Amino acid sequence: MSAELPATVPIAETATKLADPKFDLTGGEAPPEPPAPRAIVALREALNGSVVLTILAVFVALVVGAILIASTNTDVQTAAGYFLARPGDTLAAIWQSVAGAYIAIFRGGVYDFTASNFGTGIASILNSLGFATPLIAAGLGIAVGFRSGVFNIGGTGMILVAAACAGWVGFAVSLPPGIHMIVAVLAGLVGGGFWAFLVGFLKARTGAHEVIVTIMLNYIALYLIDYLLNSPVLRDPSSNAPVSPSEKPTAVFFHLLGPSYSLNFGFILVIGATIFCWWLLGRSSLGFKFRAVGENPRAARVAGIHLNRMYIYVMVISGVLVGFAGVYQVLGQITTGFDRGIDAGIGFTAITVALLGRSRPWGVFAAGILFGILQAGSYTMQADQGVNVNVLPVIQSVIVLFLAAPPLVRAIFRLPDPDRRRARAMSKKAVVAK
Amino acid sequence: MKLELRGITKTFGALVANDHIDLTVQPGEIHCLLGENGAGKSTLMNILYGLYRADSGEILLDDVVQHFSGPGDAARAGIGMVHQHFMLIPVFTVAENVMLGHEESKFGFLDLPAARARVREISARFGFDVDPDALIEDLPVGVQQRVEIIKALSREAKVLVFDEPTAVLTPQETDELMGIMKQLKDAGAAIVFITHKLREVREVADKITVIRLGKVVGEAKPTATNAELASLMVGRSIDLTIAKSKVKAKEPALVVEGLTIHNAQGHVVVNNVSFQVRAGEILAVAGVQGNGQTELTEALLGLQDRVMGTIDLDGKSIRHLPIHKVLAEGVGFIPEDRQEDALIAEFSIAENLMLDRADGEPFVRHGALQLAYRTKFATDKVKEFDVRAQGIDEVVGSLSGGNQQKVVLARELSRTLRLFVAAQPTRGLDVGSIEFVHERIVATRDAGVPVIVVSTELDEVLALADRIAVMYEGRIVGIVSGDTPRDVLGLMMAGELPAGTKLAA
Ligand SMILES: Nc1ncnc2c1ncn2[C@@H]1O[C@H](COP(=O)(O)OP(=O)(O)OP(=O)(O)O)[C@@H](O)[C@H]1O
Ligand SMILES: [Mg+2]
Repeated sequence: MSAELPATVPIAETATKLADPKFDLTGGEAPPEPPAPRAIVALREALNGSVVLTILAVFVALVVGAILIASTNTDVQTAAGYFLARPGDTLAAIWQSVAGAYIAIFRGGVYDFTASNFGTGIASILNSLGFATPLIAAGLGIAVGFRSGVFNIGGTGMILVAAACAGWVGFAVSLPPGIHMIVAVLAGLVGGGFWAFLVGFLKARTGAHEVIVTIMLNYIALYLIDYLLNSPVLRDPSSNAPVSPSEKPTAVFFHLLGPSYSLNFGFILVIGATIFCWWLLGRSSLGFKFRAVGENPRAARVAGIHLNRMYIYVMVISGVLVGFAGVYQVLGQITTGFDRGIDAGIGFTAITVALLGRSRPWGVFAAGILFGILQAGSYTMQADQGVNVNVLPVIQSVIVLFLAAPPLVRAIFRLPDPDRRRARAMSKKAVVAK
Repeated sequence: MKLELRGITKTFGALVANDHIDLTVQPGEIHCLLGENGAGKSTLMNILYGLYRADSGEILLDDVVQHFSGPGDAARAGIGMVHQHFMLIPVFTVAENVMLGHEESKFGFLDLPAARARVREISARFGFDVDPDALIEDLPVGVQQRVEIIKALSREAKVLVFDEPTAVLTPQETDELMGIMKQLKDAGAAIVFITHKLREVREVADKITVIRLGKVVGEAKPTATNAELASLMVGRSIDLTIAKSKVKAKEPALVVEGLTIHNAQGHVVVNNVSFQVRAGEILAVAGVQGNGQTELTEALLGLQDRVMGTIDLDGKSIRHLPIHKVLAEGVGFIPEDRQEDALIAEFSIAENLMLDRADGEPFVRHGALQLAYRTKFATDKVKEFDVRAQGIDEVVGSLSGGNQQKVVLARELSRTLRLFVAAQPTRGLDVGSIEFVHERIVATRDAGVPVIVVSTELDEVLALADRIAVMYEGRIVGIVSGDTPRDVLGLMMAGELPAGTKLAA
C-alpha cells in the first residue's frame, strides 16, 4: 500500500543539505534527484497527518532532546559512574539537567517567572515572537509552494536577495520616515519575488525541476551577495569586514511596545501575511487553482487551468512571502548592518515550520511561534544551564522525522491505524505521479 | 479454499457501508457480487483484503477465523485481489510490481530474474502477452489489468477477488478474462467477481449475491433475466432501452476535416479523420480501445499537441485554442479516465463541481470564491444526479466509483454547452445510473447540442447513437447509421467495411 511508503526524510534532508550553499558540494555526494513520486506521496501524508500526530511528534522530539541533554550533562555522567552504588543520584541528576534545561527554555521563550516584575518577565515571549516572525513568513511561502505541489527549497537565496534589496534601500536612500520603510519593504519583496520568478519561469519554460533550480539559485544568491558586500555597493566603508552600513532609523520597523521590548511592526505584517495566505488558499480562485495543481496536475490541466502560469504565480507569491523574512532580518532583527549570514538558516528551518504547520496558514503561524520560543529559550538554556544550543536543531530535525513517518509515531504510542480514508486517493496518486 | 464472511459491518462516520453482511464462497465457485454504485461491494472486499478493518464480523478461510492487520496478511493467507482502481507503481516494471510486497532476494540483492521468470510462467499459463520489463506507465489499461492479475496469481492465491475488472476492458479482453476465471475456478480457487455488466454475470456466475445499501438483499440464479437482476439491484424496474425521439436534422455544428495526430514518439495515432456532427445529433465513436479515440477527443479539447487539420465549431476554428478557451466556447468534456483527468480525489464534491469554472461568475467574483453559491449549487447537483455521499464536503476520493463518475457528469452537464464530448460516460456505473446518464445525454442532444460519445461498449453505442463512426488504427472505417446491425459493426471494428454497407455521412 502506498500509505506505507518510506518517508521522504532522506531525500528531503539530502536536498536540504545540498541546497545549503555552506554545505560542501564537493563532498562526493551525488547531485540531488528531483523528488521521486513516492517522496511526493509521503510529503502529502505528512501534510495530511492528524493534529494528534503533529503534537505527538513534537513531544517525541522533546523527549529525544531530553535524552541528549541528560547524556551530555557532566553531573549525570559523574553520577552514572557510581550508578550501581547509588542509582538515585543518577536519576536525580538526569531530572535536574532535563528539568533545568526545559525550564530555562520556558523562562527564555515564554515567561520569566524569576524576573522581578511582570514587565520584565513578559519580555521573553515578545522576544520569541520576534524570532518567530521571519520563520512564519518564510514558512508561509514554503507552505504555499507545498500546497501547489512545488518544492521551494530556495528560501536561503530569496531571503538573501530580499534582505540585500531592502537593506540597500534602508541605508542608501533617504526618505521621510514611514515612506522609507514602506519603500524598503517593497524593494525586498520585489527582490524575493523576482528571485523566485526565475525559478517559476525556468520551470514553466523549460520544465527544469524547481528543486535543482532553487538549490543552484541559493549558491548564486550567496556569492552575489558576497561579491556585493565586498564591493562599494553594499559594503560599509568604515568597516574592515564585509558588512553593510547600518539601516537608517527611518526605514527600520518601529517597536510596538516601546524600546524596552524587541517586538516590532514586522510582527503585525506577518499576521497580515497569515490572513492573506488563509484567504488565498481557502477563499480565492487563484488558491483554488493552486491546490488543484498541487493535488492532481493532470485533472487541473484538463479543467483548463494553465499549469505553467500557475507555477510562475506560485513561485512569485512564495518568493514574496519568503522574501519578507529577509526584509524582517534587516529592518527588524539586525538593523546594524548585515553580512552573508543574514539568512540565519531561516530558509531551511522554514521547511520544517511549513511541515509542522501542515502547510495550513494558521498551522504555520503556530509552528513558527513554537520554533521562535525554542530559539529564544535555547539561548537562556545555554547561558543558564550550559546546554549547547545545538540541541535545538536536533529537536527540529526529530520533529520532521516523525512528521514524515506517521506510522512510526503511531507505533510508539500504539495509536490505531486510522482507516485509510484516503486509500483510494493515495493509490491513485501512485499511478498518477508520472 | 472456502471463504466465509460473517456479519461484516463497517461504518464510515454516519454511513453504514456494510451492514451485517454474510457471504460464503466455495472452492471452485465463481460468486458474483452485484449491487448499485455505493452499495458497499468494494468496501466489503477491501475488508477481506485487510485494507479496511471491519467494525464487527469475522472472516473465515476453511472455517478458521482470520485476523488480518493489512493486505500483507491477507496475501499470505492466500487471498489475491484485482482492484477496481489499479494499485501499480507506474515507474516500476511489470516484474518489479509483481515482486513488490514480497520481494525475494539472493545474497541481499533483489532476485529480479526470479520475478521475471514468474511473470513469464504465469503469462504462458494463461496466454497473456506481457513483457516483464515493460514500464507500467507505458502499458495500455488492458495490459495493466493483466499485471494486476499476474500479481494476484503470483502469490498462489486460493481466494481471488476481481473488483470490476472488466470496466476498462474491451469485449475481447473481457471474454479472455472470463476464460481465465473459469480456468482458475477449475483449479479450485474461490472467486468473487464484481461487475455491473449482466451479460458477464450470466456467463460465468455460479452464484449471485445482491447487495443494496450495505445489506444483502437476496440471491439470484445465473438464469435470472436481466430485468430481474436489475430490479433486484436497484430496487425498481429498469428500462434497459431508452426512448429516443427521431433526430431533427440540423446544420452541421462541429466540422472536423483531415485531422491527423502524432503522438510523442512521432507515430500517427489519428490518421486523416473527417466527420461532422449536427446540432441535436449524437455521433457515437465506436471501436476497440486504443484505436485513436482517446487522442481524437483530446484533440477536440485542445489537449493534444501535434495536431494537423481543422476543427470548426459553429463555423469558428477551435483547433488552436488552449483548453480553457475551448471550455469557454461551451465544450463539455467527460474524460475517459475520471480518476486521473477529471477529478481531484482530495477535493470535496463541491470543489470538484466547480473545477473547470474557477475563473469567473458565478463561482468566483473579484477573485474570491463564492462559497454560498457553491454550496447551493453542489447541494442541488448532488440531489439532481443522485450522487450517494455523506454530504457535499465529502472528498471525492472516498466516493464509490460510480458516484465519482456522476460528479463529473453533473459538472459538465450543468454548463451551457455548444458541444458535448463524452468518453466512456458510463464506465463503472450500475444499470440504474446508466439509464439515468443515457437519459441526460439524450436530453442534451434534444436541447440542440451536438454530442460525441466515445464508447467501447456496443450496447451503449447502439442505445445512444444517431450515427456511428467506427475507428480502427487511427482511421474512421466508415460512418454508418445508428441502427446498423452488430455483426456489421463488429467487422468494422476489426477494420473491415463489408461490401454493401450503407454509409451515413
Ligand atoms: N474510505 C471511505 N471513507 C468514507 N466513505 C467511504 C469510504 N470508502 C467508501 N465509502 C462510502 O461507502 C459506500 C460504499 O462504497 P463502495 O466503494 O464499497 O461501493 P461499491 O459498491 O464498490 O460501488 P461502485 O459500484 O460504484 O464501485 C459509499 O457510499 C462510499 O461513499
Ligand atoms: Mg466499487
